[in-house]
Amino acid sequence: MDFFLSLLVKGLILGAIYGLVALGFVIIYKATSVINFAVGELLMFAAFLAVAMTAIYGLPLAAGIGITLALMVLFGFVLERGVLRPMIGRPVVGMIMATLGLGIFLRGFVSITWGVQTRNMDLLLPTKPLQLGSISVGAVDLAGVGIALFLAAAFAYLFQRSRVGIALRAVADDQQAAMAMGIRVSTVFAVSWALAGLTAVAGGLIWGAKIGVDQYLALLGLKVFPAAILGGLDSLAGAVIGGLVVGVTENLAAGYLDPHVGGGLKDFVPFVLMLVVLMVRPYGLFGREIIERV
Amino acid sequence: MINRECGVFKTTYQADMALYTVPLARITVWAFLAFFVFVLPFVVDTQRLVWANLVGIHLIAALGLNILVGLCGQISVGHAAFMAVGGYTAAIMSSRADMPFWIGLVAGGVFASVYGLLVGLPSVRIKGFYLAFATLAAQFITEWTITHVKWIGGGFQSSIIVPRPSLGPLTIDTEREKYFLILALVIVAVVAALNIARSRLGRAFVAIRDRDVAAELIGVDIARYKLLAFMISSFYAGVAGALWVYYLGNANIEAFRIVESIAFLAMIIIGGLGSVLGTIYGTAFVVLLPFILEEILQTFKGVIPVSDIHSFVAHLRFAVYGGLIVLFLMVEPEGLNRLWRNVKDYFRVWPFPY
Repeated sequence: MDFFLSLLVKGLILGAIYGLVALGFVIIYKATSVINFAVGELLMFAAFLAVAMTAIYGLPLAAGIGITLALMVLFGFVLERGVLRPMIGRPVVGMIMATLGLGIFLRGFVSITWGVQTRNMDLLLPTKPLQLGSISVGAVDLAGVGIALFLAAAFAYLFQRSRVGIALRAVADDQQAAMAMGIRVSTVFAVSWALAGLTAVAGGLIWGAKIGVDQYLALLGLKVFPAAILGGLDSLAGAVIGGLVVGVTENLAAGYLDPHVGGGLKDFVPFVLMLVVLMVRPYGLFGREIIERV
Repeated sequence: MINRECGVFKTTYQADMALYTVPLARITVWAFLAFFVFVLPFVVDTQRLVWANLVGIHLIAALGLNILVGLCGQISVGHAAFMAVGGYTAAIMSSRADMPFWIGLVAGGVFASVYGLLVGLPSVRIKGFYLAFATLAAQFITEWTITHVKWIGGGFQSSIIVPRPSLGPLTIDTEREKYFLILALVIVAVVAALNIARSRLGRAFVAIRDRDVAAELIGVDIARYKLLAFMISSFYAGVAGALWVYYLGNANIEAFRIVESIAFLAMIIIGGLGSVLGTIYGTAFVVLLPFILEEILQTFKGVIPVSDIHSFVAHLRFAVYGGLIVLFLMVEPEGLNRLWRNVKDYFRVWPFPY
């Protein structure tokens, strides 16, 4: 039972981070209908920026994170303007390839600029794990869950109450109608990419502090796809729940089945899950059903 | 290729479908063929021959992907997985069952195309980026299966040693012999791709790509042709994978990772979606890029403050071709093929502006 509980808790922690990054993915899809295949690389880029600010240029942590945040928001803005806006109206293959290409570019760029060695991200958190009954949880994990919950709540508030959020939902619902109501669609697009930059920073900091900052950080992006698909590509709540489900499922599968199959189930089960969802219910648990016979 | 027409004077469908649009085209094609058969393998050194062989093997796989993505419009982010299936089929047959290499080659293609049929099944229900996700999942599931099922991949981080291919009494061993084997297969693959593109099959694919509802209305069986596109595409990939395994003499998953899948997409996008000639340009470009970058950097060794040029190029390569994908998509979505056509169009009326 303890084993199960510990797997469950660790899975939920993992899932919270997946959900957090999936939020950024879903916001972009919802507002601009772009599938961002570079979500993992953006996260890696953000983590490298933060490490560069603090460890290489010696800025204090808060300033480093602040500058990273500003740069990533700006970067998201530039990406939308420079790369993705010209792609509007093109076939979906082009859109997918543009973000894939961007991802590869970022990988190359990051290792040319900052090298390939793993760097430590020090968030100045206590290193001693916390004991919750029989389960020990690292401070980084708790911080991760906290930030994920906070951002999810903040986004929920933003989308339900604020002017910008309502504009975002309006554009997601119907671009032309939103335009007719006087919403500046281009601003909304920029805001959604900026928000995605924000989640990339949060995810990059937590995940980077957990496993170290290197190329492999981008692999987290791959787990975001199952989470987002499961939750429904255009549902914010779905992204968080999908992330939690994926995190718990992969952790349970890895905990119980790994010894029998020689390991690595963590990188296998989420994709099987995704394939099943795609076959049975492509719009996911909470996504908008667009029925189209292909 | 290098000929230019002085206008569009085609009055029949036969003329529109012709392989050689003008008599000069026939001559240039044979001239290029003669160059690749009689000149190239005998004038370049072994290192350059390795380049040619790598381009050839990748070209076969890229041609397959271009049929699926460029002609039929079904995106696949798992092309390397089909290559892996072909490669491992061939490796297992040759190393454990002592099959001759041509059986391994064909079996690799056939197994990969059956696998492609399975992976393509979601395409009957979903399309666009949903299909991209499904093929992405297939890529990771394939990678995992090969690395974790001992019977297939030989266990974690291991590779299967494959015997040298031989045709009758002739063992294909040197780089030049491999070159001729690969060249022969490349010629078959290119001619087949050209013929698919201009025949009933290719027209059905293009119809599905351009507007699937309209295609169905004019009587194209969408499900059948989509699956067929997946099968043909993965047959190409399977043959290329098998060839890769025989070429290297071992089968290792590292050659079939997701990065390779993306590289294949880069080849057809940089070359030009839906064009066979474009695929050739794009493949040559992407495959040769790291070698040429390295040569350039080596010549400027003293000027550039880089200590380890080889690993620097490994990263620079990603940055360059990732950047190029984005650039081509934004500026010239039809790729190098279109750029070349623009050059030819310019000289068609030169020195007049129209």
